[in-house]
Amino acid sequence: MESATRARTPVATSWDHLLRNPLVGPLVALVVAVVVFSLVTDTFLRPGNLALVLQQSAVIGILAVAQTLVILTAGIDLSVGAVAVLGTIVLAKVGGTEGAAVGLLVTVAVLALIGLLNGVLVAGLHLPPFIVTLGMFTAVFAATQLYAGSATYPVEPGLLTWFGTKVQLGGLVISTGVLAMLALYLVAWFVLTQTAAGRHLYALGGAPEAARLTGIRSGRVLVLVYLTAGLIAVLAAWAALGRIPNADPNAYQNANLETITAVVIGGTSLFGGRGSVMGTLVGTLIVAVLRNGLTQAGVDNLYQNIATGALVIAAVALDQVSRRRAQT
Amino acid sequence: MTANTLENPPLLRLRGVSKSFGPVRALVGVDLDVPAGAVTALAGDNGAGKSTLIKCIAGIHPVDAGEILWDGSPVSLRGPADSAALGIQTVYQDLALCDNLDIVQNMFLGRERLRRGQLDDVAMEQAATRTLADLAVTTVTSVRQSVASLSGGQRQSVAIAKAVLWESRLVVMDEPTAALGVAQTAMVLELVRTLANRGHAVLLVTHNVPNLLDVADRVAVMRQGRVVDARERARIDQRILVDLMTTGSTDREVA
Repeated sequence: MESATRARTPVATSWDHLLRNPLVGPLVALVVAVVVFSLVTDTFLRPGNLALVLQQSAVIGILAVAQTLVILTAGIDLSVGAVAVLGTIVLAKVGGTEGAAVGLLVTVAVLALIGLLNGVLVAGLHLPPFIVTLGMFTAVFAATQLYAGSATYPVEPGLLTWFGTKVQLGGLVISTGVLAMLALYLVAWFVLTQTAAGRHLYALGGAPEAARLTGIRSGRVLVLVYLTAGLIAVLAAWAALGRIPNADPNAYQNANLETITAVVIGGTSLFGGRGSVMGTLVGTLIVAVLRNGLTQAGVDNLYQNIATGALVIAAVALDQVSRRRAQT
Repeated sequence: MTANTLENPPLLRLRGVSKSFGPVRALVGVDLDVPAGAVTALAGDNGAGKSTLIKCIAGIHPVDAGEILWDGSPVSLRGPADSAALGIQTVYQDLALCDNLDIVQNMFLGRERLRRGQLDDVAMEQAATRTLADLAVTTVTSVRQSVASLSGGQRQSVAIAKAVLWESRLVVMDEPTAALGVAQTAMVLELVRTLANRGHAVLLVTHNVPNLLDVADRVAVMRQGRVVDARERARIDQRILVDLMTTGSTDREVA
């Protein structure tokens, strides 16, 4: 390292350092976006609008934690959004007839089972996560339609809408759903960076063979990751009912892609083993700020999609460059 | 020293170990002793069964027949975790370390030190630094650098240091010097010797005959899935080794 550092110019070294820190790029992008929208619109910086940005990002932000865990293992979860939508219907239907607590328990059971099934198929049968979760997405989406019978299910205010409760935080009035999202990020950050399980997850994602040969029980970690993704989807479903107290089988149809977008923009590598969950939080906020800011600036929804798409590709390109640099 | 260590009972003893892959008989009744405190070199041509044998010891391939004795008691190795639990560490040519982790993280991977359930990174960093210094591995400037940025020799050094840190009783090394230059090869061989001198059993697989003769206390030669000969370093030289590797027997004596 020392000789390699000497051989390079200081400028190249500091560039390397910048590119290798996974949080710096996304944070800079977030700050730039906030500054730009504050300058070009009068409305963006208003507390009410900032609170809205946070509330709009809560459900996707929660699901993006699950997506981060899966992507860090060099996998991908195309089903997590559809699973959360199924969760909202189960919560609303079972919760409506049997009471909110029973509804929550049944939802936990159903979504845990789906996550477990994903995990066993990926880890036990060594099937590609892309295929497993694509199949799961298709099946769960159809099952949701059958179960919901193309109807929507409003929920009574109470435990199931608890994540819609407003709290005053400084000058901001935000929902408990936003706080739940932030708490989930803290927990995930702690597990990933401060526990052995988290370290094993990085190891098996970045170097599966070496991790296995070291004696890491990769299969067990993988199953736990997909199971956790299912459980996180319960929280997302619950938070979704807090935001809009009406379970709709056709809601959140792009949630899968939006979580992947947040993860990638947040600097986590699709090749696994590199990235951070806090990057994903920043990625989620970048997308939310971009959409909100462009709306405030009067830009059409479709142009917003183009901007988001370009951002994803740029993020992946940056990841490739930094990987290549890390290898030389 | 060599004579002394050979009087101890072997740490690892294989008796009649066989392994087939479909119709291919990779190992045929292999007998092998690996004593503590010595470097046992495993020589043999390509396809002689060296890799299969070390994978059986590492727990990757379950054996079809035969006995594996650890400290004199039969054990069954059903996965890498079983071998690791016994104190066997295998250093593979390319797969010893995780590129996306740093040196400390790699050295403690799978045996992280915890304080109240939380990774104790300070203690791990100190222990890793101490171990590397203890082994006189001075070419690594920071234990927090990513393993991807290390040279081949440094990677092997870190893998060996990991074995010391974990107090692995048997270190199996697969071609540790295959991709290294002269100076780095000397450094790694020095570390291999240090391992044995500290009481670890070392099983060294290598193609490189001069290196092997430099560092080994005992030499076992494989040919067509069998261990055809195993003898002390003093009773072997390059010509005898080549005889054994190519024909399975020799009528030469050390000159």
